[in-house]
Amino acid sequence: MNFTPQAIPQAIDYVRFLPEIVLSLFGLAIMLLDPVLDEDSSQKILGGLALIGTIAGLAATLYMAQYPGLAFWNMIRVEGFSVFFHFLILTIAAVVILTSYEYMVVQRIRGGEYYALILFGVVGMMLMSSAVELVLIFIALEISSISTYILAGFRLREASSSESSIKYFLLGSFATAFFLYGVALMFGATGSTNILVISQALQSRASVLAYLAVALMFVGLGFKVASAPFHVWTPDVYEGAPAPIVGLMSTGPKAAVFAVLLRIIFEANAPGRFWLIWVSAALSMSIGNVSALVQNNVKRLLAYSSIAHAGYLLMAFAASPVMGTSAAMFYTAAYAAMNVGAFAVVTHFASYGERYVTLEDYSGLGRRSPLLAATLTVFLLSLIGIPMTGGFFAKFYVFSAALKAGLVGLTIIGVINSAVGAYYYLRIIVVMYMREPREETPVAPVPAALGAALAISLIATIYLGVLPGRVLTYAQRSADELVQRSVAPNLTLSPTPAQAVSTPLKAWR
Amino acid sequence: MSSEVLNSWILTLVTFIPLAGGLLLMLVPRRHRDIRVFSLVVTLLTFALSLHLPVHLHRFQQGFQYEVNAQWITSPNIHYHMGVDGFSMWLVVLTTFLTPLCVLISWNSIQERVKEFFILLLILESSLIGVFTSLDLFLFYFFWEATLIPMALLIGMYGHGRKVYAAVKFFLYTMVASVFMLAAILWLYAKVGSFDFVTIQNAIRNGQVENFGAAATWLFLGFFVAFAVKVPLFPVHTWLPDAHVEAPTAGSVLLAGVLLKMGTYGMLRFNVGLFPQQARQNAPWIAVLALIGIVYGALVAMVQPNMKKLIAYSSISHLGFVVLGIFSFTASGLDGAEFVMLAHGVSTGALFMLAGILYERRHTYEISEFGGLATPMPIYAALFLFIVLSSVGLPLLNGFIGEFLVLSGAFMAKAWWGILGATGVIWSAGYLLWMYQRVFYGKLTHEANMRLPDLSGREKAALWPAAVAALAMGVMPLIWLNGIDPAAQVALAPFAQLASKVVGR
Repeated sequence: MNFTPQAIPQAIDYVRFLPEIVLSLFGLAIMLLDPVLDEDSSQKILGGLALIGTIAGLAATLYMAQYPGLAFWNMIRVEGFSVFFHFLILTIAAVVILTSYEYMVVQRIRGGEYYALILFGVVGMMLMSSAVELVLIFIALEISSISTYILAGFRLREASSSESSIKYFLLGSFATAFFLYGVALMFGATGSTNILVISQALQSRASVLAYLAVALMFVGLGFKVASAPFHVWTPDVYEGAPAPIVGLMSTGPKAAVFAVLLRIIFEANAPGRFWLIWVSAALSMSIGNVSALVQNNVKRLLAYSSIAHAGYLLMAFAASPVMGTSAAMFYTAAYAAMNVGAFAVVTHFASYGERYVTLEDYSGLGRRSPLLAATLTVFLLSLIGIPMTGGFFAKFYVFSAALKAGLVGLTIIGVINSAVGAYYYLRIIVVMYMREPREETPVAPVPAALGAALAISLIATIYLGVLPGRVLTYAQRSADELVQRSVAPNLTLSPTPAQAVSTPLKAWR
Repeated sequence: MSSEVLNSWILTLVTFIPLAGGLLLMLVPRRHRDIRVFSLVVTLLTFALSLHLPVHLHRFQQGFQYEVNAQWITSPNIHYHMGVDGFSMWLVVLTTFLTPLCVLISWNSIQERVKEFFILLLILESSLIGVFTSLDLFLFYFFWEATLIPMALLIGMYGHGRKVYAAVKFFLYTMVASVFMLAAILWLYAKVGSFDFVTIQNAIRNGQVENFGAAATWLFLGFFVAFAVKVPLFPVHTWLPDAHVEAPTAGSVLLAGVLLKMGTYGMLRFNVGLFPQQARQNAPWIAVLALIGIVYGALVAMVQPNMKKLIAYSSISHLGFVVLGIFSFTASGLDGAEFVMLAHGVSTGALFMLAGILYERRHTYEISEFGGLATPMPIYAALFLFIVLSSVGLPLLNGFIGEFLVLSGAFMAKAWWGILGATGVIWSAGYLLWMYQRVFYGKLTHEANMRLPDLSGREKAALWPAAVAALAMGVMPLIWLNGIDPAAQVALAPFAQLASKVVGR
């Protein structure tokens, strides 16, 4: 049997898939090199290789951005939206790799597959943001999830880390099953798993099946972004997992899953989403903030804070499509910058075996390590949402998008929650600057790699706070593009290989 | 540089030079002497530059001067809009005048974490100036909030006693209150599509804001709550004594000297400027709160055993005058209110410095610990008396002019306001002079007080400028009032309209 010309991927298809290819190759190279190298040099070389990989990935993204369009039989779409998330996820990965560099040495963990897994996870996350085919989204979700399940258990000597890994794996698989179930129902309701086709089908008619499908998919994705009531795993997993990985988990997969949600909700025009999101957003904000008030472990505290931030972000999903999408995109970027930064400081400070992670351990940090304390302060102020930090505009855009859509009740809940949230972030600042250190534990000097990671996060946080214009305009443009398509679809889909093969077959029969 | 070019840059320079200094300071090695000298140079430079403002001000011209207006962020529509009028200009100069004195007074009293202290002080100066110079509501709100962090850290890190409690209380009180202001600002932005003060003001005047009638009172209150806590007006004043008692001297000086004025300035600029009608409607109860503040603050000050707490309560009393003046809606009331702000900044700032000097020597503020100090410290006693008299309102010193103007304005508005307010002057003479008597006269009872050293050269250098300013403001008030009065006329312009409307009907 001969394939028709359409059945063979064109060169342009590979270009639109280039960052994923590049990172996969780097990940494989790291896997292959790992057994060859001895322990001391493996750390340096493989970490460096992973970093080069992400930089190459960034370059590939820039190249890919010049060729927007569909690829691989309408399964992948390169556009402003997906380029934005590629860029974001790769930057997060680079910062996390820079942070891990010191961590692996201090914790005496062998590099090797750690870096490879980060890269594979990133491939999954990037693919999630550009996939427009639910089955491919599912595969991408699994690639990224399985990598993070393993990474969560990388503190091999700690029971809590294994617990974290198993818990994350079990609950995570359960949630993915929900998502898959939703995909199946959606196929039943619309006859397709392609978001572009689904969007068209749903515009004419939305059956009960479609409502159910959206709800099930939301459960699965809600778990991945740790929004209430699917958040229960978060604090335990974050507490046990290696600190740099928590920095990755709380930003990278989240950004990717939010991208998927944006596609399903706004591009596919999911029906019945409003109250689903309203309730989940309100619950996430309230539960996250109130629970964070009483936390004494900084990692747990930041875990609850990430639940709260998922809640703020979800508010955007209840708003109007264009404003909501751009606000959510801006929020993911700002949140990533400040949260990865905060976890980088936590990582550095944790020391061997992550001994110093309680609030008391931070007392007097302002005196022991002024620069590190000041940096963490900026990230915390941004998490509170103080003006001139990225966190402020993130909240501002989300709240104003919600207000424009008439969500006064939800906005009030959000504003009250940010006031509550201010308290526990300030507690860390107060402890750092105003309490005397319990014991004079020396803080190790900041190595160059971590310094670079902190500098990137810090610059990004402040840049988004002082000059948010460019990023926001870009987000608005890509949101326009995304939503326009769903409103007035002008689809000329080229046939998939299966169709391409089966059509001539039918004719022949 | 020609003065034309400087005119458009001056506000930016004055606002951000301290911040730049603070950032540079982060790079300086931790040699204490260099850090202090550097901070002094930066603050003096800022002061010198800020003198450009009154020197080149077009005195009888109404409206804002030295304006800069550039688009900063397109969405939301935020402008980098700065400008000053008579009200804000003098407050800028007050800030730049007090900060070098703060550097001098903290020279030896801060021995730990010196670098961080001066960095915080410089950042605080920048944000304080920014509050007075910004004409974009977003910018204003940013600077407003930005003052909180360095101030709270100054109290929490360098204070004494229950410093963390005081810092957190200060932060939460003012932060929660300003959320209401933010809500009002966002409402205005949603309706007008701009954060620009002048644009919003015009839109309101021309009735272009939809639903304004229904929301106006709430908006007025939103702003008012934020400012009232800052002033602080009775009954939301309770954070102030705590913050003052635990704060380091420089913190107290800036807190009383400038931070409180942010509240009264906000009332002048926003409550009166944006919502003249509502301000007028709500004036009766606000004036009553101000009068309660004047009398209550004075009475509580009278019985304080702690010198710093006494001065703190006297601030509540003095700021009551300012609020009374503003809400009397007379030219002399407004002029007087602004003048009291400046006079109080100088005198109370100096009083806190004096109390701090005593604390450095004895590590206590308890009045009962002292007595007969005039013998070992004659120069200190003389300067202290001079400042006390200026604060009390002795004619020819700065306190008198402002209080006189406020009271005459209050009389014009409602006679009993003036009568009650005037008692405040008597009270203040009571508690301050009584305190002076107990500290400086009588017998030297405590061993430790026998050999207290008198003022050092550095301390004199910090106090003399304040004393000279107090005298100058008392003898030549017109230098200040000439700049203030046009601004007051602008602020009162809508009321002439209101009045004529009433007559016309």
